[in-house]
Amino acid sequence: MEPGFHTRMLAALHWAVDSIWLASEQVTSLRRLQILVTLGPEAGANTAFISTAPPAVLSVPPMSFVEYADLIQEGDVAIIFMGHDSMFPVKVQQGAQTQTRYGVIRHSTDLIGRRFGSKVTCSKGGWVYVLHPTPELWTLNLPHRTQILYTTDIANITMMLELKPGSVVCESGTGSGSLSHAILRTIAPTGRLYTVEFHQQRAEKAVEEFREHKVGHLVTVLNQDVCKDGFGVTGVADAVFLDIPSPWEAIGHAKSAIKRHGGRLCSFSPCIEQVQRTCAALAEHGFGEICTLEVLLRVFDVRSVSLGLPDFGPDDPLQAGPDAPGEGGAPGTPAANATVTCRTAVPPREMAGHTGYLTFATKSLV
Amino acid sequence: MANNGDDVTDAQFTIKEGDCVVLKRGDVFKAAQIQKKRKVIFEKQWFLLDNAVGELYGTTFEVASGGTLQPLKPKHNECSAEVKEAGTDNRNIVDDGRSQKLTRDDIETLKGQGLKGQEIVQQLVENSTTFRDKTEFAQEKYIKKKKKKYENIVTILKPSTRILAQMYHGREPGKICHLRYDSLAQMLTLANVHAGTKMIVFETCAGLVLGAVMERMGGHGSVIQMYPGGGPVNALLAGKLSLDAEGKGEAADEADGGPGDAPGAVPANPTAIGGEEGSPEAESMDTSPERPEKEREERDKRKEDKAQEKKVKMAEKRKKLSAAATLLQGRDADGLVIASRLHPCPVLLGLLKFVAPSRPFVVYCQYREPLIECYTKLREQGGAINLRLSETWLRHYQVLPNRTHPVLLMSGGGGYLLSGTTVMADASQPSGSQRTEEPSLKRKLAETEG
Repeated sequence: MEPGFHTRMLAALHWAVDSIWLASEQVTSLRRLQILVTLGPEAGANTAFISTAPPAVLSVPPMSFVEYADLIQEGDVAIIFMGHDSMFPVKVQQGAQTQTRYGVIRHSTDLIGRRFGSKVTCSKGGWVYVLHPTPELWTLNLPHRTQILYTTDIANITMMLELKPGSVVCESGTGSGSLSHAILRTIAPTGRLYTVEFHQQRAEKAVEEFREHKVGHLVTVLNQDVCKDGFGVTGVADAVFLDIPSPWEAIGHAKSAIKRHGGRLCSFSPCIEQVQRTCAALAEHGFGEICTLEVLLRVFDVRSVSLGLPDFGPDDPLQAGPDAPGEGGAPGTPAANATVTCRTAVPPREMAGHTGYLTFATKSLV
Repeated sequence: MANNGDDVTDAQFTIKEGDCVVLKRGDVFKAAQIQKKRKVIFEKQWFLLDNAVGELYGTTFEVASGGTLQPLKPKHNECSAEVKEAGTDNRNIVDDGRSQKLTRDDIETLKGQGLKGQEIVQQLVENSTTFRDKTEFAQEKYIKKKKKKYENIVTILKPSTRILAQMYHGREPGKICHLRYDSLAQMLTLANVHAGTKMIVFETCAGLVLGAVMERMGGHGSVIQMYPGGGPVNALLAGKLSLDAEGKGEAADEADGGPGDAPGAVPANPTAIGGEEGSPEAESMDTSPERPEKEREERDKRKEDKAQEKKVKMAEKRKKLSAAATLLQGRDADGLVIASRLHPCPVLLGLLKFVAPSRPFVVYCQYREPLIECYTKLREQGGAINLRLSETWLRHYQVLPNRTHPVLLMSGGGGYLLSGTTVMADASQPSGSQRTEEPSLKRKLAETEG
């Protein structure tokens, strides 16, 4: 089905059934998961749920990963922010409680109806901020089912694949869905993501997560081996992303998934040998503009540092300055502990030295 | 599965007259507009773009004599199926400067005869006495080097943020405050720019950042551009990044749209920024879909009636301004992106108050120290958490069989970013009671000033 058409159909029908096939490798029988999508007054205002429960009726568009909302509602995902490296996601539920080291947060009174970005005072008097989820915050908080891609790489992948609203993207593997959420944010409201994950539990978990985050209408999860069976679509993708152990085996499938007139491809590999085989396969399949790069993130700690001044004895003119603190004695007597303070940005003692190599290429009709 | 490969959709991938395109040769880019009978100078050679019309984007052309472009057929993989003869090492290769039998004059003569670049390279190889003794890798390197010099090829690409950001960084980094493309990529992601948002952009990067933000919004939502001085510099860019929704093959509600780019100016809040730039001004960009062709027609019409245009423009400007002011008044923007040559601190503190709580903001600066100051001030002032001062390093790799290594030259720096998330200003009230979001009397006064 053509993606733009799909979205418009949804809007016109107010609900549609989208099936997600989970084809297990060992089991020959196909399990079918149904996702019902109910559209509210605006596109994006929808809930998706598995099985045959009645569609929920919504008055206010809830938060979603592709649309900001002002107020916290039941069913939302919120990020509880307690400090720079200390946050976690919660599912907001009437009557529920969340324990933090500052005390308990009562969802009904502390979260529901409050504005995202509010300060919430916990029972012990401590406080936390409650934040609207974004793909970037999700990346830092998601449950790891695999090694994940982080925001630095995701940002470059997004720009170099030229993703934008309406883009159709193929991805494999889905993994923990860190990149998937970022892609969905960028391609909404009219784009589509076809993501392939050969591990059945991971595929099912991803389906559930996309539904909870209200982006189910933009994504199709396939449980199959991309190297053997491809992406399940032909000639529809503007971009393909590969994060699998042997990407060179999927280049042919990637090529056939991309639109006839062309598109972009990216492969992420930690090892240079994988990159070499991938580049060879790309050249063989006629991809152009092949380029491999690596991006490293350096985060700085902003601090005041104090540098002591040397004590050269009583005649030191350096220490006669007015900005030498700790001068208790008479002029001429050296200040034993004079210092100069400055604000600076200190690099961390350790940082990620390598995540993976990003190889980009273009398929063109020419 | 519907196949979108109809000829109908090919139209948007075809080079048309009047199109803004990007020329590429090796790693060098240049922006150009397709106009009949107009000479373009690129990489020390001039040519006419007439023949490009009707070809597909991504086509590689050879520059023939007289400056005409001839489309090249897809690469015949790895040239010369001749008998490969190669040495194993360079122990017997002596550099006496006489290995090349062709003189400079000979080469000039060959060029004068209108020989194709490929043929000249072939001649050079045949007249090199040491070529056969070179290792296979050295031979490949030799050919590659000569090809670069004598093969006059150029590829024509459709503009996109990826290409324009690389082009600007390579050609005119000063105009974009040395913002390297990986830093731009970080900004777009950290600011969570996406369809349906209301973004505030303050930039002096020739419209590169604005265009990038608009491309990511795809015509859904609004962008309020703040700018110093008399008017924004959009150097074609925002217009160039036409937001084609690709592969639709039909005019859908949200099909292709170029940004409606009508600049306006309003004194936003003089207390926000001082300096010799004058007061900052705002302009609202309605990113409502509009066909690029329609824009072109409008442009032609405008030429016919300039006086009328001026009047209309002034009215338009005023309208845009009040619209922008109204948009700002809500103080509910979904994000803030700053990249300018001004000191980021007053810009950030002046604009952050227009952003709703729990929204991301990103400030770019070529230097680290001003961002340290921003960080410190924000910490004092509050209203922002999750502050992060960062930088990215970008390294390219040469990947070839048995010759894989990092590229010898890498960028020294692509600037620094300060990012964070807004939170609700401290209401010194017990929790549980909601803060009203009405601007206080003090705020209202501040707004009416200036």
